[in-house]
Amino acid sequence: MKNTFALALALGDDALIAAQRLGEWASRAPEMEEDIALANIALDQLGAARLLLTYAGELEGAGRDEDALAYLRDDREFTNCLLVELPNGDFAVTMAKLLLLSAYQLPLYTALAGCADERLAAIGAKARKESAYHLDHAALWVRRLGDGTDESHRRMQAAVDEVWPYAQELFRPWPGAPVDPATLRADFDGRVDAVLAEATLTRPADGWAPAGGRDGLHTEHLSFLLAEMQVLHRAHPGAKW
Amino acid sequence: MYGNDFSAPENTPGGGLLGEVEAAEAALREAATRQRGAAGPDADLEAYFADVIDADQKIEPRDWMPEAYRKTLIRQIAQHAHSEIIGMQPEGNWISRAPSLKRKAILLAKVQDEAGHGLYLYAAAETLGISRDELVQLLLDGRQKYSSIFNYPTLTWADVGAIGWLVDGAAIVNQVPLCRCSYGPYARAMIRVCKEESFHQRQGYEILHTLAHGTPAQKAMAQDAIDRWWYPSLAMFGPPDGDSTHSAQSMAWKIKRFSNDELRQRFVDMCVQQAEILGLTLPDPDLRWNDDRQAYDYTQPDYDELMRVIKGNGPCNRQRMEHRRRAHAEGAWVREAAAAYAAKHTSREKVAA
Amino acid sequence: MSTERAPLWEVFVRPRRGLAHTHVGSLHAPDAELALRNARDLYTRRQEGVSIWVVPAGAITASSPDEKDAFFDPAADKVYRHPTFYEVPDGVAHL
Repeated sequence: MKNTFALALALGDDALIAAQRLGEWASRAPEMEEDIALANIALDQLGAARLLLTYAGELEGAGRDEDALAYLRDDREFTNCLLVELPNGDFAVTMAKLLLLSAYQLPLYTALAGCADERLAAIGAKARKESAYHLDHAALWVRRLGDGTDESHRRMQAAVDEVWPYAQELFRPWPGAPVDPATLRADFDGRVDAVLAEATLTRPADGWAPAGGRDGLHTEHLSFLLAEMQVLHRAHPGAKW
Repeated sequence: MYGNDFSAPENTPGGGLLGEVEAAEAALREAATRQRGAAGPDADLEAYFADVIDADQKIEPRDWMPEAYRKTLIRQIAQHAHSEIIGMQPEGNWISRAPSLKRKAILLAKVQDEAGHGLYLYAAAETLGISRDELVQLLLDGRQKYSSIFNYPTLTWADVGAIGWLVDGAAIVNQVPLCRCSYGPYARAMIRVCKEESFHQRQGYEILHTLAHGTPAQKAMAQDAIDRWWYPSLAMFGPPDGDSTHSAQSMAWKIKRFSNDELRQRFVDMCVQQAEILGLTLPDPDLRWNDDRQAYDYTQPDYDELMRVIKGNGPCNRQRMEHRRRAHAEGAWVREAAAAYAAKHTSREKVAA
Repeated sequence: MSTERAPLWEVFVRPRRGLAHTHVGSLHAPDAELALRNARDLYTRRQEGVSIWVVPAGAITASSPDEKDAFFDPAADKVYRHPTFYEVPDGVAHL
C-alpha cells in the first residue's frame, strides 16, 4: 500500500511537472503545427497526472485531492524525477527530454496495465497509448534534427548529451512497488538506441548520474517552477476555481 | 434583407449561437442544390459571379472573381488568422499559473484551439493564391493587422474569464454571420471555428460565474476584469458604421452580412442578461432598455483609443509582436532541419486502408 | 533559408466507420510523416476521425490501421473540448 501510494505520487509528479514544462511552449513553438502537437502532449501528461494524483490522494486517505497535492506541497515533498524539471532549453533539448521520458513511461505504463492494482492498471492502459504517441513524436523530431542540417545535428547531439545523465535515475530499483522500474531498462535502451542510430547521433556513455528526485532532493529549478505554478492557488486559501 | 439570418435562438436547431452555426451549415448545403439563372461559367464571367452571389451560393477557389473581392477576402481572412495566433499570448500568459489542474487543462486546450483556428484560416486564405509564408511575413513586418483587443494585458486570472465571455463572445457574434459568407473556404472554416469557439465562451463564463460566487477577493477580481474588458470588447466590432471604410462593398458581396453597429448592438443586448446572472456590473451607467428601439442604449467605446491601439500604441502591441517575431526566428533552424531531412529522405509512403 | 515553403497537403478524414473520407482542410509539412502527425493534431482534436489521408500533389498517404489506438484514443477523454461539458446556469441565453 505504502509503495503503491509512493509510486502513484511519483509518476503523477513526473507527469505534472512534464506538463508544466511543455505548457511553457504555448505560442512559442518553431511552427504553429508544433504548437498544437506540444499542447496535445502537455494535455496528455496533465490528464495522467490528475488521475495519478487523485488516486494517490485516495490511497493516502488524508483528504488531499489532485489540487491539494499539486498546489500545496513544497519542492521537498515532490518526488518527480529530475529529468522533467530541467528547463526546456531549445527545441532539441525539449525533444531529447521527451524522448527519454516517453521511452521510460511507455514500458512503465504498459507494465502497470498488467499489474494487480486495478486502478493503476486502468491508468496504465490509458496512458500507454498516449506515451506511444509521445515517443513517436519525439523520435520523429530527433531523427529530423539529428539528420537535418549541420546546425540541427550539433544542437541535437548537445541536447542528448545534456539530458542523458538524468535517465539513470529513472531506473533505480524499487523493490515492492507495483512495477519495479529497474526491470524496464532494457526496453528503454532498445527504443532509445534505435532512434539515436537512425538520427545519426552518438549515444553518450553512462557516467555522472544525478539523482534524488524520488527522495525529494531536486535541482534548483523545481522550486521556481512550483512558485509560478502555485502562486495564484496559494494566494486564495480555500477558494474554489 | 438579411434579417432572417438571425432567427430567434429558440427557433433554431440546437438553440443559441451554436444553432445559428448549424443553420448556416444547412443553408450552405441547401443553396448548393438551388437552381440559378441562365448564366454559365462560360458566358459572361462577371454575370456568373453575380448570379452565384445572388443565389446565396458559394464562390469557390477556382471560380472567376473580381480582383477587389479576392483582395478584400485575403485581407480579412489573414487578419482573422493573425488574430487567432496573436490571441494565444494573452491567455497563454496564465497557463503556468492556472489555479487548478482542471482549469489548466481547459486553458491549454483553448490556447491550442486558437493555434488550430489560425491554421484553418491561413489555409482558407491560401486558396486565394497567397502563401502562408507571405501572410506570416506581412504580420511580422507589421503590414497586416490583428484584432486590437489582444494588445491589452491579462493582469489577473479573471481576465481569462473575461476574455472567454466578452472577447470570445464578441468574436462569435462577429463570426456567426461569416458562416454564411459567399466565399466557400472561408464559410466552411468559420463553421468549424464557431463550433469550437462555443466551448471557449462557455469556459470563460464559467470562470467568471465561479469567481463571482466565490470569496470577496475573487468577486472583486471578476468585476475588475469586466471593468477593463467591456469597452475594448465593444470596440472589437470596429468603428461606427459612418466611419467604416470597407463595409458597403463587403455587404454587397455577402462577405459581411451586418454592419458594425448592428453587431455591436446585438452583443450588448446579449451581455446584459448574462451579466445579471453573474451578479456583476457592466461598467456603463447609461446602459438601459429602450422600449422604442427594443434594444439597450449604451455608451460607445472610445474610438480614438481604438485608433491609437490599431496604430500600434496599445499597452502590449510591441510585446505581442516581439514575442511572435522571436518565436518565428528561434524556430528557423528547426524548420530548416525538417526541410533538409525531407529533401534527404524520399518519403516512404504508406499505403493503407 | 527557412523561407523555403514546406509543401501543402490536403487532409481527408474518415469520421466514422462506414463513411467515406471527407476533405477537411489543408496544412503545410515538409514530408508525409509530419503531415500525417500534424493532421491528426489539427483536425482530429475532438475525435472527429478514425482514419486520415494526407495528399500531396497526387500521392496519397494514410494512417495505418495499426496506429489507430495511439492516434485517436487519446482524444476520447477530453470532454472539456465540447461545449456541453460546461454548466450553464439556468436562464442564461445566447451562450
